[in-house]
Amino acid sequence: MTALTHLTMAGALDGLAKKEFTAVELAEAHVRAVEAVRPFNIFITETPDAALAMAKASDERRARGEAGPMDGLPIAVKDLFCTKGVATTAGSHILDGFKPEYESTVTSQLWRDGAVMLGKVNLDEFAMGSATITAHQGETVSPWSPGAPGAWERRIVAGGSSGGSAAVIAARAALGATGTDTGGSIRQPAGYTGTVGIKPTYGRCSRWGIVAYASSLDQAGPMTRTVEDAAIMLRSMCGFDPKDSTSVDMAVPDFRAALTGDIRGLRVGIPKEYRVEGLSAEIDALWNQGIEWLKEAGAVPVEISLPHTKYALAAYYIIAPAEASSNLARYDGVRYGLRVEGGSLSEMYENTRGAGFGSEVRRRILVGTYVLSAGYYDAYYNKARQVRTRIKWDFDEAFKSCDVILTPTAPSTPFAIGEKMDDPVQMYLNDVFTVPINLAGLPAMSVPAGLGADGLPLGLQLIGRPFDEETLLRVGQVVEKAANVTALPPFVA
Amino acid sequence: MSLDKATVAKIAHLARIKVPDGELESLAGELSQILTFVEQLNEVDTKDVPPMTSVAAQKLRRRKDAVTDGGYAPQVLSNGPETAESFYVVPKVVE
Repeated sequence: MTALTHLTMAGALDGLAKKEFTAVELAEAHVRAVEAVRPFNIFITETPDAALAMAKASDERRARGEAGPMDGLPIAVKDLFCTKGVATTAGSHILDGFKPEYESTVTSQLWRDGAVMLGKVNLDEFAMGSATITAHQGETVSPWSPGAPGAWERRIVAGGSSGGSAAVIAARAALGATGTDTGGSIRQPAGYTGTVGIKPTYGRCSRWGIVAYASSLDQAGPMTRTVEDAAIMLRSMCGFDPKDSTSVDMAVPDFRAALTGDIRGLRVGIPKEYRVEGLSAEIDALWNQGIEWLKEAGAVPVEISLPHTKYALAAYYIIAPAEASSNLARYDGVRYGLRVEGGSLSEMYENTRGAGFGSEVRRRILVGTYVLSAGYYDAYYNKARQVRTRIKWDFDEAFKSCDVILTPTAPSTPFAIGEKMDDPVQMYLNDVFTVPINLAGLPAMSVPAGLGADGLPLGLQLIGRPFDEETLLRVGQVVEKAANVTALPPFVA
Repeated sequence: MSLDKATVAKIAHLARIKVPDGELESLAGELSQILTFVEQLNEVDTKDVPPMTSVAAQKLRRRKDAVTDGGYAPQVLSNGPETAESFYVVPKVVE
């Protein structure tokens, strides 16, 4: 039998149904795996007691014939989701000691469907970053890093901001994890770790109880090792929530049923503007390979144009900081988290926020404050929102001639901690292929497609029409099967 | 676009973030770099293009302006750094 930590979600559900093992055994194997990955600094908070208690309850439900669609599956939660009674940090010093009195809608739905919580995993502070290196709790190292744990030759990043979620799955210490994606924070780490990640259509998953970064862009999604698992987990995460004013009241399909493998006649858009300067030759080759795979399965490639692609990053780096500066105003030392005293109320605010925010978060709040300040609002913020409209129009136009779009997930294989760090703008370029999708509110996913010459994972991205996650998943599984990436990271639990 | 130290200090005050004097210079450089990067947006023709206000094709839902839940003062206050009775405690605001 496959080790319990190497199962897929689908395989684990099967084994549980056939009584080959219990949810408690599955949880125990994962709790040991969580301990084994400690050198990689993946978990901010481990919850082994909760995991075992939830697994025990799951076995009891299954015995009564009441097992839910994810019953007994151990997962990790990005530490951006509020979890009742369990510390929620957002990777920030400013949330020191914060224990939510409520559960986020998305995690409550996962527990409703029987999932088992292993703990809360690392991220970039307030989800602002592309490498999971800016949290107050330290950097996460990818299990793909060559060398023995703690004595790595290169400390490879897991991507970000959902880097802990990506690393924990790649290291075989959880069957799946929740992520959030504001500009690529699910898809880029999935690409960097050889895992699957979906950013659903804006409005599919409730944002209620998720620490806000940029509300018009933030969206939660599943991270797993297979496309089928992503379909299983996505179904539990989606659904209408009256507590989120942007939640869409639509039926949630059985995403797994969409995985027919039949993509004959489907038109796959290939955006010419994504052949950017600096795109590595091996990624270009992989992209072409991806087109071939889809052609062999009967799909029809179509060249499309997304003319405003090159302006997406600039628009994003106005809109996201603007929203962040407003969202993060709530951290004032009064209601939760850190307080640093001062002589007056204003001084207390300034001292608390000065001490509590890390340098990337501070940089983005200041940019946001500036672009929203009197005299600059039109020149920066409104201009960026107009460009955002044009980017959305580009996609509307493109989807008249294609059904799904194929691109690389990131312009290179993952870098090592310490590289690319001195220039914030250079760091932002990691997100060049993922950011436009958030601006347009579309669903997209990253699927593992191969390894680079350096032995590190490469992913391909699929982009769908609004609320057409089913086509996305169907095509994603075709890519996954054709690529058939079986390589494991140098370290697995 | 290039920001000077005084402007950064002013923005930091607006954002209520204390920035040590020694960090203003380097921060001004970083912020200027970002603002220079985003200036490329001026190349885009946005005449008569509406600024996006909602990415989802739906209007905000409305509900009755009525109390539907509540009475959780202890839970609301439970994470406050300093509280007394049913209140948050802050430094004195009025003389």
